[in-house]
Amino acid sequence: MKPAGGLRPRLVKRLLPSRRIRVAVRLIALLGAFAVAGIFLQATGRGAGAVYRAMWTGSFGSPYGQAQTILAAIPLIFTALAVAVAFRMLLWNIGAEGQFYIGAFGATAVAYSAPDWPRWLLLAAMVVGGLVGGALWGLIPGALRAFFGTNEIVPTLLLNYVAILLVDYMVNGPWTDPATLGFPLGKPFSESAILPLVGNTAIHSGIYLALAAALSVSMVLSRTAWGYKIKVIGSNARAASYAGFSIPRNMVAVMLLSGALAGLGGMVEVSGVVHKIQANISPGFGYTGIIVATLARFSPIYLVPMAVLFGALVVSGTELQTLGLPSDIVLMLQGVILFFALAGELFVNYRLVWRAGTVSDHPSTPAPVSNRAADLEQAG
Amino acid sequence: MTSAIELRGIVKRFPGVVANSNIDLELRHGEVHALLGENGAGKSTLMSVLAGIYQPDAGSILIDGEPVALRSPRDAIQAGIAMVHQHFRLVKPFTVAENVLLGARTSWLLSPGRLEAEVADLAQQAGLKASPSARIWQLSVGEQQRVEILKALYRKARVLILDEPTAVLTPQEAEALFVTLRSMAADGRTVVFVSHKLSEVMSVADRITVLRGGKHVGTLETASTDEHRLAHLMVGRDIAFESARAPGEAGEIVLRVDDLHALSDLGLPAVRGASLSVRAGEILGLAGVAGNGQRELAEALAGTRPPTRGRIELYGADLTRASARRRIEAGLAYVPEDRLGTGLVGAMDATANVMLKSLSKHRRGPLLDYRSAARRTKDLVEQFGIKMSSLDAPVRLMSGGNLQKLLLARELSSSPRVVIAAHPTAGLDVGATEAVHELLLEQRASGVGILLISEDLDELLMLSDRIAVMYEGEIAGEVSADDADLERIGLMMGGTGADAPPMAAGGG
Amino acid sequence: MSSELIITIFVAGIAAGTTLVFAAVGEIIAERSGVLNLGVEGMMLAGAVTGFLVNRQVRAPWLGVAAGISAGATLALLLAVLVVSFKANQVVTGLALVIFAIGMTGYLGESVVGVPPPVTFNRIALPGLSDIPVLGRIFFVQDALVYLSYVLVPATWWILFRTRTGLNLRSVGESPETADAAGLSVTGTRYAAVVIGGAFAGLAGAYLSLARAPSWVPNMTAGRGWIAIALVIFATWSPLRAALGGYLFGSVEALGFRLQTVGFEVSTFFIAMMPYLFTIVVLVLISRGSVQRRLAAPSALGNAYLREER
Repeated sequence: MKPAGGLRPRLVKRLLPSRRIRVAVRLIALLGAFAVAGIFLQATGRGAGAVYRAMWTGSFGSPYGQAQTILAAIPLIFTALAVAVAFRMLLWNIGAEGQFYIGAFGATAVAYSAPDWPRWLLLAAMVVGGLVGGALWGLIPGALRAFFGTNEIVPTLLLNYVAILLVDYMVNGPWTDPATLGFPLGKPFSESAILPLVGNTAIHSGIYLALAAALSVSMVLSRTAWGYKIKVIGSNARAASYAGFSIPRNMVAVMLLSGALAGLGGMVEVSGVVHKIQANISPGFGYTGIIVATLARFSPIYLVPMAVLFGALVVSGTELQTLGLPSDIVLMLQGVILFFALAGELFVNYRLVWRAGTVSDHPSTPAPVSNRAADLEQAG
Repeated sequence: MTSAIELRGIVKRFPGVVANSNIDLELRHGEVHALLGENGAGKSTLMSVLAGIYQPDAGSILIDGEPVALRSPRDAIQAGIAMVHQHFRLVKPFTVAENVLLGARTSWLLSPGRLEAEVADLAQQAGLKASPSARIWQLSVGEQQRVEILKALYRKARVLILDEPTAVLTPQEAEALFVTLRSMAADGRTVVFVSHKLSEVMSVADRITVLRGGKHVGTLETASTDEHRLAHLMVGRDIAFESARAPGEAGEIVLRVDDLHALSDLGLPAVRGASLSVRAGEILGLAGVAGNGQRELAEALAGTRPPTRGRIELYGADLTRASARRRIEAGLAYVPEDRLGTGLVGAMDATANVMLKSLSKHRRGPLLDYRSAARRTKDLVEQFGIKMSSLDAPVRLMSGGNLQKLLLARELSSSPRVVIAAHPTAGLDVGATEAVHELLLEQRASGVGILLISEDLDELLMLSDRIAVMYEGEIAGEVSADDADLERIGLMMGGTGADAPPMAAGGG
Repeated sequence: MSSELIITIFVAGIAAGTTLVFAAVGEIIAERSGVLNLGVEGMMLAGAVTGFLVNRQVRAPWLGVAAGISAGATLALLLAVLVVSFKANQVVTGLALVIFAIGMTGYLGESVVGVPPPVTFNRIALPGLSDIPVLGRIFFVQDALVYLSYVLVPATWWILFRTRTGLNLRSVGESPETADAAGLSVTGTRYAAVVIGGAFAGLAGAYLSLARAPSWVPNMTAGRGWIAIALVIFATWSPLRAALGGYLFGSVEALGFRLQTVGFEVSTFFIAMMPYLFTIVVLVLISRGSVQRRLAAPSALGNAYLREER
């Protein structure tokens, strides 16, 4: 392709976007983001090489980092699943962060009220607490959308602030640990409220819950009649109500499931990692989950490896902090990756064609007027 | 004398389709030139190229003998070419005057009084009766079309292209439009009239160019041709003009609608006391200009739009408040006008679309039984002669005719007792249209009651046993197909009372 | 409650509301052109940190404001490139922008967290006007940026509804095909509207860090960008009603903290929730009986435009 004088670019929509280009675009987006962020780091006086090296060491580059990466990927799987499930119906759940907090809240309430229950019973009750908490938090915007037509984007987001403030209140008041002298930390959980580790690794058994959740969501969405219904509603709501599917009822159901998944993430985090409730239990897992789900094209299966990748990014921020560098670099990088991926989507859906002013010399022979010709033939 | 416009060797491709293949077209000053062809022949594409909306892949455009490059609608406007699209290019919340002056070079400050004064004179010339300060959404479709013509006049267009302008008009309104178009041509302008209706083309055009399958197949003087010749050119074979309907015996009343009211999407009254009944084994045609509540009526019957008042009975059972699901189970099939928007899910494959309304038959417990649905789809595809590249491809890639066949196949294979078919042949070519007509007549013969909603009076006359006319949400009148009179139906479509004597072609 | 208390609540309400007014008016400009800018929160943060940093360097708050405006506009340009030229989904792009901006502003402002600014905007009593009983004290004993909003809001309304520029902008948001067919540039108009909207958001952020709460704290906008987006719907896309709504929302924010000073026993955490809950309640109330609102919303809001789409 030679951009000679007089040639102008033009977009032509692809009938079926190609998978190969999609993967290529994702890879280029990742590399491009690191390059651009590197230039920014260099320009603001922090050596990009040093920062990236620290990030590597803190994530994939050391056994400790690898374990931390998996630990960060677990909550991301839950929040990304929450986003992906809602998006099946074209609902934007940007409230996974809040649902995560309320899930943690629910699980903690259980853990504090029955600390002496046997481990498996208590953990099961905490799972229920997390699911119910998250589901209720998802229900609010879901029901508002279903019954009053209130768009869910702003309510889901604003409820994040409310959820965080609620947890802040609890850890500064009713649940505060007097031993910490006023720090916003809850009392440590009892032994039986803590998720056991997997073998002799540092990874807790919440990973099984995360993988099971991803598999079940995938199964429900692709194999069941309900999954089919919500896909129809998401693809074409008019066709869905024409076929007799209840949109409000399914909308509420989807938001309940979405919230419950994020809430389970909150339970797993307090029970598996933090071992108590505290302020700032999430470094933005809900928001990063949106990026993970988007980049995985809302597939419950593909989002698992994507969550590992972003888990690495999240924990590499912690490593930066220990070196005295701001962990915000990591958040910025996440944004840039998504920018690149979004821009790249254009090349997935459209072809760029260079053409001259009025006359062109396309060497290709005209394609047959396939479908319309078939109609004519058949009639004749 | 040089031609006003010359198109030479225009080629325009879309993914998977060549819409225009090497088309030549010559337009003269002071003529009404018809561009005739069936749906999908490439007429609209060719005109969009001339209006600067599409860029041709090859070919050149000459205006008064000079080659020009029309890279954008702005270029075309400056070259004196204006197009009235099938879907009007009007800003609905704006006034008539604001729409006319949009993009024109007038003062930066908008003072409402002056804007309206500026367009008042031309409005009369364009035959617009509404006030220039009226908002577009308050106008009838016919009036909106006049605003489009007014825009062209204001921009001093020398070439005016109208894409299927009569589709939205009553026969009387169409007549009045022809008068306006002829007077514009008499002023030396070039009018391009795009249509697939033979009779209209014969009555308004000086010359006729016929397109078929994206190719130019002939240009004729109207005076030296006739409808049969044109039909042959347009379709590539002879077509039947007479009614295909066999005499039939209508049975008991299967669908009764009584004083039905329903609201539009905007919450305004759209169906306002409609009453009608359909018998087993008959086709009731419902005529009317688009936007008179037909869509809302159909949706209220199908259960996707709640009626605010009135009663719907299917085989004597009251279904007024029943869910869409219950109506489907009661034997009501609905072929909506908007195939990909309502009837089918474009992003899903044929099998997923076939099981849309029979989910209960294709599941085992909570799980989907995709295999049985795929078997049924394969049968339907064979039985109804549906062409598709593969069973797994999203159906949005199928042609209009095949989409409609798929939709009909799904609806009719559920052995319905009542079928509501809204504009089932809109946008289809002659072959597919005939296939759809045959399917509907087969259903009628097997005792199904059919409500056929259409804007195409020829189609209604050909298929219906009775024809009801809908105007402003009410049934304005009803005639038996055997003594149906086009003029009387037209008057009812325009809101002139059913019992009034046919008036002289005035106001129309 | 004494009348004195009510006046202090409204005085604080105007100040708190001004941030929302700037942001909402900017969002109205963008949405009127058909672009849903969900990145307001991020653009406000960029305006806040840049304004604060520049003021700290040059000790000139007006230069800080100018820098904040440019920062908001720059991020908006990025959004415009993605959603207008690259036709990216407007919801995800807006979110990506917010996430990016939280990171970037945290990084840039790391060294100045909690540092007091050298100069800030102070309240000025407007001679004459401030003597009007009650209203004078509420509206005309404010800082210069509040007075700027008194000019910008009606000016924006006037440009949108009384000039050709506004007509063109609105036509692009209502029906891009029509605007295109009339020879207007859909792309150019949308770029301009988004960038100007971003400039307003930057101004809103700079107002926070230079006048309302002169300091820089990470994430200091605390969801006000999202509240501004809700405000746009509440205001049915009219700048005048957005100003009214902004002062109302601002007063709710102010109310909570005043209640505490008069010895109302509620935890600060619950008081801090009030603006969010109030916004959700208002959104629910206005989404009922919404024929008017649906007519007011720009028809092409959220959709990319490509001429040859078929």
